[in-house]
Parts: sequence; C-alpha cells; structure tokens
Amino acid sequence: MSIQTLSTGRRAKDLTVRCLVYLAFAVAVIPLVSVIYLVIKNGMARFDFDFLYRSMKNIGPRDAGGGAYHAILGTLQQVGLASLMSVPIGILTAIYLVEYGGKGRLANAIRFFVDVMTGIPSVVAGLFILAFWVLFLDLNYSGFAGALALSVLMMPTVVRSAEEMLKLVPDDLREASYALGVPKWRTIVKVVLPTALTGIVTGVMLAVARVTGETAPLLLTVFFTDSINANPFTNAQMGLPLFVFDQAGRPNDTAIDRAWAGALTLILIVMLLNLVARLIAYWRSPARGR
Amino acid sequence: MAKQIQVSGLDAYYGAHKAIADISMTIEPRSVTAFIGPSGCGKSTFLRTLNRMHEVIPGARVEGKVMLDSDDLYGPGVDPVSVRRTIGMVFQRPNPFPTMSIYENVAAGLRLNGRISKSKTDEVVEQSLRGANLWNEVKDRLNKPGAGLSGGQQQRLCIARCIAVKPQVLLMDEPCSALDPISTLAIEDLITELKDEFTIVIVTHNMQQAARVSDRTAFFNLAAQGQPGRLVEMDETSAMFTNPSEKATEDYITGRFG
Repeated sequence: MSIQTLSTGRRAKDLTVRCLVYLAFAVAVIPLVSVIYLVIKNGMARFDFDFLYRSMKNIGPRDAGGGAYHAILGTLQQVGLASLMSVPIGILTAIYLVEYGGKGRLANAIRFFVDVMTGIPSVVAGLFILAFWVLFLDLNYSGFAGALALSVLMMPTVVRSAEEMLKLVPDDLREASYALGVPKWRTIVKVVLPTALTGIVTGVMLAVARVTGETAPLLLTVFFTDSINANPFTNAQMGLPLFVFDQAGRPNDTAIDRAWAGALTLILIVMLLNLVARLIAYWRSPARGR
Repeated sequence: MAKQIQVSGLDAYYGAHKAIADISMTIEPRSVTAFIGPSGCGKSTFLRTLNRMHEVIPGARVEGKVMLDSDDLYGPGVDPVSVRRTIGMVFQRPNPFPTMSIYENVAAGLRLNGRISKSKTDEVVEQSLRGANLWNEVKDRLNKPGAGLSGGQQQRLCIARCIAVKPQVLLMDEPCSALDPISTLAIEDLITELKDEFTIVIVTHNMQQAARVSDRTAFFNLAAQGQPGRLVEMDETSAMFTNPSEKATEDYITGRFG
C-alpha cells in the first residue's frame, strides 16, 4: 500500500462538516447575544442608584422613579434559603446513592423519583407548597414558603449533578485511602468530596441559576408586595422575577423600563453568583499549585 | 516492627465465583516475598485478602484464616480499618490524592486518622520521604500538587504515604508495572532497604524483578480458565529459579508456558 494524497472528495466533506459545525455554533449563539444585548440596552435606562436602593412603595401607576430593592432582597433571601435547604440534602442524597446505596433497591427507587422530580413543572411545585403550606398547615404567604417551592425544584438537579461528579472520582483513590486505614466516612469527607468539589459547585450553581429566574412558584407562595419586607418568614415578599412580571404587565413606559432593569439585575445576580462559585472552586483546586 | 503472616486454608470469592482456593503459606518478617504467576491466577486477589481490602468490592468475601503473629485478621469483631492501618498497601497505578500537595499526601494517613501536631507531622513527612528516597527530589516543592510528579516519583510518594502510618507489613501490587526501567530500579533499591524494617510482599509479572528483590517466591497458577487459582509452590527464591520442584513452575519461569 502506498501513501496517497488527500482526495478531493474527503477535502470537500471536511469543508462541509466544518461549515455545518460553525453554522450550528452561530445559530446557538445568536439568541444568547441578542437577549443580552436587548436586556442591557433597554435595562440601562433605569439601572441606577434609585432602582437598587428604593422600593415601589407609594409609587403611583404613572409615576417615574421607584426601584426593585424589595424584590432584590426577596430574591436573595428566597434563593439563599432554598439553597440552604436543598444543597445539603441533595449532596447527602448523592453521597448515599454513590457510596452506600450502589445498585440496591432503595437507591434505584430514589434515582427514579429524583428523575421524576426533575420533570416537575415549576407551577406544580408552587401549587404543592400552596396546598401544603398555605392551605393545609394554614400558614401565611411568605418568602420561606417560596423558598420551599424553589428547593423542591432545586433538589433533583443538585442530586443528579452531584451524583455524576462523585461517580467520576476514581475508585483508586477510595482504595488508597482505605489502605491507609482511613474509615469510609472520613474517606468520603476528606478525599472523595474535595476531589469532586469543582464539579459539585458547578452543578449547584446551575441549580441556583435555574430557580433564581422562576416566577410561577413564587406567584403562588410569596404573593406580591410593593414595600420592603426583610423578614422572609412572615407576610408577602417580592422577588425579582415577580417584579419583572408585574412591571412588564403595566401599560406605561416607566413601568416597562423598570421591568427591563429588573431583568438586567436578575442576570447580573446569577452571573455574580456564578463568578463567586467559580472563584471558590478555583481557590480550592489543586491545579493552581499553591 | 515487622510481623509474620500465617495463612491457612484461605478461599476468596467474587459473588459466586471462587477466585482462589485453599491457600496456605507463611510469610516471614523482615524479608521480601514475591508472588508470581500468569494473569488471572489470583495473586492480586490473595494479596488483597491479607489486609482485608478484598471485601471492599461488593459481593466479595473470604473464608479461611490469616494470622498476623498472634492476631486473627478475620476473627470476630476485628475492625478492618485497624487491619489496614497495620498492613499497608501500594497499588499498581500510582494514586496520589489529586487535591493534596506532596506534603499533604504523605501526611494524609496521619491527619485522616486523628489530630497530630504540626512539628510531629513535619518530622514524619521528612522521615517517610527520606525512607522512600524521594526527599532530595521534592524537599523544595512540598507544597506543589502530588499529581505533578513523574510516574516513578508518584509511586515513591505513594510508598512514602504508606510507610508514614508505620505499618508492620507492606503489600505491593505490581508497583513497577507502570514505570520506566530507571524508576523501577529506584523502587527495587527502596524495597531492599525497606525490608530491614517491614515485612514486604510484592506481586510481580517480571521474573527478573522477583529474582532480584525477593528472598522467597510463591508461584500461583490455575488449572483452567474459570477454575480458582492455587498456590503451586513456595520456596527460597534461589531454589525456585534454579531448581523448582514442580514442572509447572519451571515451565513458567523459563517461558515455556501454556
């Protein structure tokens, strides 16, 4: 067999596939760029000091001014509380699935229900908390009720991503640790979790980003308010998605501007959280060489 | 420090499959014992039964008796974790903890097993790295990640990590099979030094290596695929390689196998 030059046919195929791949990339990026462009362009009009530090209290339907402080505060509290509840439970569940449950019946049942939970529409999560918390337990609308609904949405995402990350940790490392006479629980805490940390953080951030923008469950659980309520455990709160939803539905330009600024704030919050999480993962990562 | 291991009538299973059958032998303290034999004959499985690492695999179990001096390793109520602290293990592929620095890797066994002072840790880390002939190469970069070392250095790091917890016995599962000849030589020299202090058992596919480093050699074989592996014979290494009493041993050692 002799060595041949690249045939024209293969060259043509290579070029075609190359073009298709670039095209697909461009198509995927267009909506992303256009959304960011629009939100920044329209959001900058009202993205000012007042917007970040004032609420909508005593702002009439046609008035300019007003802000989203109450909504930003609400979103941070609700998402924070939801993360506090769902991240530990989610990671512990993943640890059980990978390290203890194996292919057992209980583990498989948990996996099945986690998959089912992943597919729950967010409205249903909101309705569930509405029915359970507000109607059945007869407790009031509150930021915490919203956090409960959000954590129902977050948990399966956290479990699934953490499980995948823990599975990627090679068994070699577990065995190396056992062979040093380290008990299983310490091996998990000191060897397995740190090794999977970066991946778990990314998974948690995706879950946080997903629920930060949820509107429907909040609508049913935290209700609406125009004033600041710093206590997430009593009475109605506001959330940024609700704020955007509310303002965008009003028929005058000042409100529409506020809605755009709210959307911009929401994107910035998610980006900021992502950045912080990545920095944490980076500081803890061994590749940096310390 | 070093202790004798006495095995009698040991069988090991993976689920329903019997991997090794009826193994009895004595492993002498302060010496190197080599296990040789074809792939799949159960050398590694047997090695892993000696520090109760075999049962880490789901469905795996062991029958029979392993005595470390006067302690029955499979006796009722014996904590496998404490067995593994006493009998250390070095694996085929170097497996330093990727999230830890060189220093932390060596200190891992101590730190993960309880509180220990900084100065004591420093001392043990230096001692262990010197013991593994790695100190001079890494003393200026103890805080760099362990995974950044070369393969041979990583394996010596794993040996240092292992001897840092001061075990009585060192089990080595083909410790040089992933290494180049120079690193292999370094590890073999190290084994010869370590045998003053430890009882060493090494699994190897390399006949010359067994001849070079070991005092006694055990030959394992299986009658046919699917059959459990058995101990064919065990003797002084010099006798095994010059004048084995079994035909199968001679065939394997001279390469006229199968």
